[in-house]
Amino acid sequence: MTAMYSLVFVFLLVLIPLLGVGSAHLEFFFAVCVPTTAIIIFLAGFVYKIFKWTRSPVPFRIPTTGGQQQSLSWIKQNKWDNPSTGAQTFMRMLLEVFAFRSLFRNTKVQLNKETGVLGYASAKWLWLFAILFHYGFFIVAVRHMRLFTDPVPFFFTALEFGDGILQVGVPRLYLSDLLLVAGVSLLLVRRLWDARIRYISLFTDYFPLLLILGIALSGIYMRYFAKVDVVAIKAVTMGLVTFHYADLPFAQIGISFYVHVFLVSTLLVYFPFSKLMHLGGVFLSPTRNLPNDSRIKHHENPWNPAIKPHSYEAYEKDFGPAMHEAGLPVVDPANRGEEG
Amino acid sequence: MAKMKPEELIKGLDYNPPSTSWMDLKADTSAGNWAYPGKPEIVKYLIGEGLPLANPREWVPSDEDWKLPPNWRDIIHQGFHERLEKYRSLKLFMDVCVRCGACADKCHYFIGSGDPKNMPVLRAELMRSIYRKDFTLAGKILTKLTGSRVMEEDVLKEWFIYFYQCTECRRCSLFCPYGIDTAEVTMMARELMHLVGLNINWILEPVANCNRTGNHLGIQPQAFKDIMDFMVDDIEEVTGVRVKAPLNEPGHEILFITPSGDAFADPGIFTFMGYLILFHYLDLDYTWSTYASEGGNFGLFTSSETMKKLNAKMYAEANRLGCKWILGGECGHMWRVINQYMDTMNGEIQGPQMTTPVNPITGTVFKNAAATKMVHITEFTADLIKHGKLKFDKSRNDHRRITFHDSCNPARGMGLLDEPREVIKACANHFFEMPSNTIREMTYCCAGGSGLNTDEIMDIRLRGGMPRGKALAHVQEKHDVNTLSCVCAIDRATLIPLSNYWAPGVQVSGVHELVGNALILEGEHERTMDLRQEPLKGFEDEV
Repeated sequence: MTAMYSLVFVFLLVLIPLLGVGSAHLEFFFAVCVPTTAIIIFLAGFVYKIFKWTRSPVPFRIPTTGGQQQSLSWIKQNKWDNPSTGAQTFMRMLLEVFAFRSLFRNTKVQLNKETGVLGYASAKWLWLFAILFHYGFFIVAVRHMRLFTDPVPFFFTALEFGDGILQVGVPRLYLSDLLLVAGVSLLLVRRLWDARIRYISLFTDYFPLLLILGIALSGIYMRYFAKVDVVAIKAVTMGLVTFHYADLPFAQIGISFYVHVFLVSTLLVYFPFSKLMHLGGVFLSPTRNLPNDSRIKHHENPWNPAIKPHSYEAYEKDFGPAMHEAGLPVVDPANRGEEG
Repeated sequence: MAKMKPEELIKGLDYNPPSTSWMDLKADTSAGNWAYPGKPEIVKYLIGEGLPLANPREWVPSDEDWKLPPNWRDIIHQGFHERLEKYRSLKLFMDVCVRCGACADKCHYFIGSGDPKNMPVLRAELMRSIYRKDFTLAGKILTKLTGSRVMEEDVLKEWFIYFYQCTECRRCSLFCPYGIDTAEVTMMARELMHLVGLNINWILEPVANCNRTGNHLGIQPQAFKDIMDFMVDDIEEVTGVRVKAPLNEPGHEILFITPSGDAFADPGIFTFMGYLILFHYLDLDYTWSTYASEGGNFGLFTSSETMKKLNAKMYAEANRLGCKWILGGECGHMWRVINQYMDTMNGEIQGPQMTTPVNPITGTVFKNAAATKMVHITEFTADLIKHGKLKFDKSRNDHRRITFHDSCNPARGMGLLDEPREVIKACANHFFEMPSNTIREMTYCCAGGSGLNTDEIMDIRLRGGMPRGKALAHVQEKHDVNTLSCVCAIDRATLIPLSNYWAPGVQVSGVHELVGNALILEGEHERTMDLRQEPLKGFEDEV
């Protein structure tokens, strides 16, 4: 049901620019005002969220130690899963962010009710889908930078060339488009297919997937089917980033462009206030981004409360005479039956 | 013991979620689902000691009325707000979960119960739903659609049931792509519950005991000495050697602290004897203490304030006795506290006499303990073994076919994995690993830590112990394993009913019990029995 709500919601989002541009001819509003506002909200929201997180301290070092600690010289430390230095921790984060290493560990529990055997199977599907999706999305996003730069830096042209290397059809087919659509669809299917995942899924889990699918499909439609005027689009996007809005060729661009831009703008606005902020959060996770070194060096808790242990004096006050009688050393002479 | 046979329990398991949304399912608060609440006099005592507890009263969780303070909603809201400001971990873990489900089948309680609220993701959602409503804009507007809900008494009751059904073992955290640690969430939920008087006696009574008597069992110093004398007698009976047992003596180099569970009952006492034998063998310049006679820190299950107060005794006693460093025994959560919290919490009270630990026998400097000045006994013993300082007769453990259970806390909160294995392999001939998905960093909980090691909740414990039990049964069948060794006192208590249920016939032992058996003491007579006074292989008729 929540998946249906999300789908309806995305359709409504598509309708807004269709009506706004198709009937009301608000090209300037949808091509300039909406994306500009969205970018501002995205940047400000992203910074605000990171700031909000970092304002809270990390009083204790709590890395999850996923392997052997730094110990005796002849015991091999697992440096990437149980780092004890900054450099090792950096490697751990690198692998986490670029290779989804923790997710790669994933297993599936299987219980055979007849034999009573509890088994574990490798379950790397989620890892694979997530990798497809994230890298697809990343390349697509970076590739779009050619629309916002003039001259286009070598890196972006090279990426674009590599991405279109298969040279299928005109315009050339981008591999990243396929990756993105496949990744997001597989993640969506998984979420709907697996009863357990469906059970924990909220509107806010389906919505971003469907929104991103909408963005990808609208982009593919405008590029491969509507074949919108890319030169005109580049003129508009360059106008956007240079703040020159006069005489932009809005009318030469098909309506699918406005749908695409509106959906992207929605994503940008939604991003900082949703679970999508895991993009920023993964860098801040205290179980991953800290070295396991709190036995080695001192770390300060900024709010360390002044709490004292129950004192030895109080302890001896309770048990002193009995301790003396049992032959245990006592400090207070009175407990030895002597005058103080 | 559980009403159900293991086969029946397995037959009844269903990992598919129910048709009702989790928000519409009330927690089952009937007896058997909860541990007894803290006794009012104990809560009062701890409040008097300055700890953040409240609302001492007689109450029963299966009653409708939990006798909450009238402003409990405000207290929880305010406490939640404070903790969000104090811990980035909490704030982040409330925000970044994408509900990918990678954690869902990693929790031993989910695997053993099939209850969807035991999926770590959903356990945390129990708290996130309130967070969204109280602290985020979207949650305030869109409510149920975005997974937010209003704090009601039923929600609080659900917290009580499920956050005490989490053993803070952190297995889910290992698999989470963002490292979300349900233990952090559970700790915060428990702190909040303590503010309105929801607590359990199995945690609070040990806290009170540790504070006053020095150990969680409430053993008074003179009784502690009796116990030690008794063990020294038993060791003499087995080995013919009378070992030294220094207690509360000032002026020694090393203070030794182990969980007091080892002083209390089978099979911990055999591990305790193992320590005594090892230290006597080395003629170590050390002492035990009755004031700091507890390594286990029940504060980890209570609140950070409690953790700090109990942990501080270790340094306080080292200072009082003039010890240079502390050697720590086999204990699970004690080592998580020492590794991740101790120096940050109590480093400032360390006396100037304390130095980076050096093994007096081998000269090895324990650089990895430069700040805390605390060394794990298996690090210490493994170092001795590597330097050839210990003479073992491995055949004295030949009647044991051994596997090793990694305790969650040293495994996932420290990374102590190879040291105990080195020790076991050096003093025993038959060692077998359980399946790789159930050991080392992927180890399964004994299902009793963090507040469930109590009989009134035995059914749930046995369910939670299923993954560990199944792995144990596997090596029992395959390799004829009859001994489950471990480096944790809670394990030594909880794994016994577990193995009786899931792998009957397997005994539970500490690692240093094996050391004590194998170590060849100067002047000992021929040994015919082990520390349990059971016959060694080849001496079955003589004992």
